[in-house]
Amino acid sequence: MEKALVLDAGKCTGCEQCEVACSMVNEGVSNPAKSRIKVFNFHDEGRFVPYTCTQCDDAWCMQACPVDAISVAPLTGAKVISNALCVGCKVCTIACPFGTVNYNPSSGKVIKCDLCGGDPACAKACPTGAITYTDAAATGYAKMKAWAQATDAGAQASA
Amino acid sequence: MSWAKRILRVNLTKGTCQEEPLNMDWAQKYLGQRGLATKYLCEEIDPRVDPLSPDNKLIIATGPLTGTAASTGGRWSVITKGALTGAIACSNSGGFFGAELKFAGWDMIIFEGKSPKPVYLLVQDDVAQLVDASGYWGRTVWETEKGLKAEHQDPQLRVASIGQAGEVGVKFAGIVNDLHRAAGRSGVGTVMGSKNLKAVAVRGTKGVQVRDPIAFMKATSEAKAVLAENAVTGEGLPAMGTQVLMNVINECGALPTRNHKDVQFAGASDISAEAMHETRRSDGKANLTRNGACFGCTIGCGRISTIDPTHYTVKDRKQYQMASGGLEYEAAWALGAANGVNDLDALTFANFICNEQGFDPISFGATVGAAMELYEMGVITTKDTGGLELTWGNAETLTTLAELTGRGEGFGAEIGLGSKLLTEKYGHPDLSMSVKGQEFPAYDARGIQGMGLTYATSNRGACHLRGYTVASEVLGIPEKTDPLSSDGKAGLVIAFQDATGAVDSAGICVFTTFAWSMDNIAPQIAAACEGDWSVEKLLEVGERIWNLERKFNMDAGFTGKDDTLPKRLLKDAAKTGPAEGKVNELGKMLPEYYALRGWTPDGVPTNDTLGRLVL
Repeated sequence: MEKALVLDAGKCTGCEQCEVACSMVNEGVSNPAKSRIKVFNFHDEGRFVPYTCTQCDDAWCMQACPVDAISVAPLTGAKVISNALCVGCKVCTIACPFGTVNYNPSSGKVIKCDLCGGDPACAKACPTGAITYTDAAATGYAKMKAWAQATDAGAQASA
Repeated sequence: MSWAKRILRVNLTKGTCQEEPLNMDWAQKYLGQRGLATKYLCEEIDPRVDPLSPDNKLIIATGPLTGTAASTGGRWSVITKGALTGAIACSNSGGFFGAELKFAGWDMIIFEGKSPKPVYLLVQDDVAQLVDASGYWGRTVWETEKGLKAEHQDPQLRVASIGQAGEVGVKFAGIVNDLHRAAGRSGVGTVMGSKNLKAVAVRGTKGVQVRDPIAFMKATSEAKAVLAENAVTGEGLPAMGTQVLMNVINECGALPTRNHKDVQFAGASDISAEAMHETRRSDGKANLTRNGACFGCTIGCGRISTIDPTHYTVKDRKQYQMASGGLEYEAAWALGAANGVNDLDALTFANFICNEQGFDPISFGATVGAAMELYEMGVITTKDTGGLELTWGNAETLTTLAELTGRGEGFGAEIGLGSKLLTEKYGHPDLSMSVKGQEFPAYDARGIQGMGLTYATSNRGACHLRGYTVASEVLGIPEKTDPLSSDGKAGLVIAFQDATGAVDSAGICVFTTFAWSMDNIAPQIAAACEGDWSVEKLLEVGERIWNLERKFNMDAGFTGKDDTLPKRLLKDAAKTGPAEGKVNELGKMLPEYYALRGWTPDGVPTNDTLGRLVL
């Protein structure tokens, strides 16, 4: 079963544990500057929003790569960069409409979320359930459930 | 590892930035942050120095766990000789600035001397430089932080700065980072301002390495589960913030009200966590927008609030209608109960101003309370205040004074003296509710006996965070003791003081200790750092720090006679509530405390004690 990261900004407190976990797993150090997931603080609105690659099916980054360094991981469906092939041309960072592929100056390669091979560290580290890794075909179910409850509560009140 | 093992030494007089290695022998004895920076300060300055002279130094310090995956691992501290107190000052903050400094590869920054003109320090990984800050001088914290990010086209820049309060010499000015986290107490921002240092802006992309990443992830994950499962850190603090205490402490009869004249406040529920959740009529929103976390914190006690857009403070001022840092318990108490003000929006506005202009809401609110009592007595009149009526409960006076104090204007300049100098000036020093010049926080020592001893012996002046026996006496953590009894409190205070010294030196938040014992903390430090970091060693480090701070204060001219409380807490009994008829029994607790500490009956650490702690 294919799974996907589900990001629920309403639950995010902006602690950046996800960024720390991501960099620990992928870089071996705690370093949000090298994290594949980022939390944005919309201060004046009082909102924290985590954001990362959504693993497009027909991915712009993969299409754009001139050396075929980006491939699909068979188990997870993640679009994965091959460091051996990547030449650091950054064309994928331009092609990605969402900005989730970024260049890492210390390695000369690009970095993006690879779903940690099917066990994403960010989801495990999130203390509030703002990041979960769930059935890719049912990512809307939590929201559906909340609306189902809200609409049903109306029905109960009228009954 | 886990320490970056590098110090940045900035000589403001000469305008130089130099790298030097961290003294790792000292790191093994003082851990980091509070302890290690205090060691450096004690080695480098004369304790009798004028806090505002160029000879004082100001140290910004992280701990070994700052910037790591440890929960709450974002803490940093400012260590200096305090402008408010003349004692050792160590003011602790959260937010994201401290972790960023560590990511840039620095454990500490030592500022010495005084810049001939306003400057800010820009740190980008290994590169540090002093930059002309004349365009920021006279600006607020908020303007400075936004301006620096725009100037450097880097929204990821983390900034700690002073507002106008620190520039104009408000005695309790703080240093504010990430717009609303603050190293708030003891006048550390006043010291920064005296050095013509406006801000420190940091961007770090190097990261933090730990000694044993696998053991560290295991230890930190287990510890995070403990926080999540605990009622205080897993439920109470995220949902209600520290403000969960407002009604609880009021019911204990330990909510200091109107400059400690009373111990219960009729308006407490109006300014409580519960009130912050209530939907208002005007815009259908609550004061509380949501909770927010500091770097790496899995508790998330921070409050993000808005002010009612129809409230008098903001209705014509759109720039204050956004969400920003809301009321924590200490601020809500000092701005509210200490002055008899029960207007939640007025308190939130005053709190915004404290963050915007960089000054401590505790000392500010408590000083306003002292001034209101002098006004009630007729000692201060509208002639002194420029027409302001300092009547108890007057919200408009409170918010006006917040703005005036932040700019050092009008009667605000007198509030900016702090309660000790203000009450001395008007001939009533007994009305300053302070120890060593620093105002009390939000717990009345008649209703919570141990806190009287905590305040009296605190090395940085009255403070709840040096030995939070409220945890035991009110909340039953780690075990319940009777808040109205002074029996056994000397030992309890010492246990809290020593453990807190270690926690404050590690880079983590003292709020973890509602759930964590040292048994949860030691394995995290041990996995991150070289050396043996057992519980016993950490407690010894805590005791060593306490005695080092004590020694600094003694050398600065303090004596055992300064370990006391205002007459009001020792002579005037509480009038209502569970503590009715009680005074604080400091006289009974203090000799026992000195003996247990291994100090003379005059409060001087003996040579045996200093020798045992290798001081």
